[in-house]
Amino acid sequence: MSDLFPVLRGRAWLLGDNISTDVLSPGPYVHAPMAERLRHVLEAVRPDFASGVRHGDIVVGGRNFGVGSSRESAPQHLKDLGVAVVVAESFARIFARNAIAIGLPVLTCQGVGGLVQDGEIVAVDVVAGEVVRSDGTALQAERIPPEMLAVLARGGIVPMLRAIAADQGSTAE
Amino acid sequence: MTWAEEILAKKSGLEKAVAGEYVVARPDGFMMHDIFAADVLGLLAEVGIRELHDPSRVTVVFDHMVPPPSVAAAAHQRTARELARRYGIANFHEMGRGVSHQVMVEEKRVREGDLVVATDSHTTTYGGVGALSTGIGSTEMAYALATGTLWFKVPESVLIRLSGRLAPATSGKDLILALMRIVGSDIAQARSLEFRGPGTSSLTLADRLTVCNMGVEMGSKFAVFPPGEDLPQGAAYAASYSVDLSSLQPMVACPHHVENVRPVQEMVGTRIDQVFIGSCTNGRLQDLRDAASLLQGRQIAPGVRLVVTPASREIYRQAMQEGILDALVAAGAIVEGASCGPCFGGHLGLLAPGERCLGTHNRNFQGRMGSPDAEIYLASPLTAAATAIAGEIADPRSLLAGLAAEGVPS
Repeated sequence: MSDLFPVLRGRAWLLGDNISTDVLSPGPYVHAPMAERLRHVLEAVRPDFASGVRHGDIVVGGRNFGVGSSRESAPQHLKDLGVAVVVAESFARIFARNAIAIGLPVLTCQGVGGLVQDGEIVAVDVVAGEVVRSDGTALQAERIPPEMLAVLARGGIVPMLRAIAADQGSTAE
Repeated sequence: MTWAEEILAKKSGLEKAVAGEYVVARPDGFMMHDIFAADVLGLLAEVGIRELHDPSRVTVVFDHMVPPPSVAAAAHQRTARELARRYGIANFHEMGRGVSHQVMVEEKRVREGDLVVATDSHTTTYGGVGALSTGIGSTEMAYALATGTLWFKVPESVLIRLSGRLAPATSGKDLILALMRIVGSDIAQARSLEFRGPGTSSLTLADRLTVCNMGVEMGSKFAVFPPGEDLPQGAAYAASYSVDLSSLQPMVACPHHVENVRPVQEMVGTRIDQVFIGSCTNGRLQDLRDAASLLQGRQIAPGVRLVVTPASREIYRQAMQEGILDALVAAGAIVEGASCGPCFGGHLGLLAPGERCLGTHNRNFQGRMGSPDAEIYLASPLTAAATAIAGEIADPRSLLAGLAAEGVPS
């Protein structure tokens, strides 16, 4: 499994507590073209995020990350903008489920918000649940259960659905 | 077993389920609204799934972007309509029928003891009829519709024992806002809120639906009033609270988080630009009756806008027949069709930078109703009506005391 998840190394974007789905994916833009939707991600709390985030960056949140609606665009927008993993003190339930479903790893890690600095390079081992700073200090996150790691390993639920469809097709013939 | 354990065990074909376990369950019902139906069914079409596991268990309700405020929304809904037909979803409700959660209850698409999932976080609402229900995202919904199954982590439960009866001028909204403070997301996160005790029988169905609707604002996975007041034998709860309903007072959630709750009297005098009465939280007949009881024969304050959305066509018609809509419109309200528009910041009443809204809905996150520089306060329909009349946050008890002094029966 660890072959499928190399240790992720990226620049941290430090966000606070209660980052909501309304700031991750604002309601007024739900039917806007994708490029425009992505421009408004986190606009209310980090106006520099959408234009500054790079492929492989890591989002570090506080408590209750992803609180709010069931909109899957909240984790999807982060993934589309290149975010490799979200590490937070705690997650809202639906956000965490949605993230796994679309293949974006999320790690619950006590103390991460108070330790990691905005902009610093951190390494995240998704399978081992380790978050390591550049000075070597490490935090242990909660391990992702094997059932969820298996979904992540397949790249989320969509590849699983394709397999089901292929099965249905073969039984139909 | 707790109610969550009992229902999840039953729906997973197990004799017993224990908090912390993962189970694969067969939900009784699946609901999608217009924002996500096209995404879910479009994904199934794209990956080549030709049939749903059981279309008779699926309900689609158009309630968010209705009537469509843009060509994009209209096109999105046309796609959803076509896909719903193609996948044989007969339980399809066009715009105007109502806000999906209210429609599910009115149409009896959810019953006591059911397990229901929907593409909306406020799906916890159905706990008001004793169902176990929760929100999921669109990719998970696609998987659930294709297979008829979904995985669940059996949650721990938090017991909330209710006693007494609600004091005058308070409602289910004040109870759930008070619980934001008493319990909060550190305790409720991903758990099941289970309401028991002698106080439960004094709450109306509308109050229970409101309470369960906002259970999710504490992060809870389920919020439910199981049948019967008594505690099940041998059930283990992660935490337990007792609340005397008669001790509650009107409460307000202040910007920008739902847990930022204070008694209304601490906020009295805060200037307000817009008042919103509606949503799946508080757009029911009881709520409109409450609002009209204060607004009847009065005018809203100059400079204040009052937006009202009944939660369903049935509620709209009943309110019309009872003269409630006439009283609200005469007082200065604009009454919109049943929709989620203002609550989720989609349309029909967004806020400009610097504006303040007090609403009966469920979320006051930054940017929820339009500008990120606007402020949102949440309260009961009575507090909302009193606020519209005063033009600033007002305690409904002062107005009700005035009515009593004038000899108006309450």
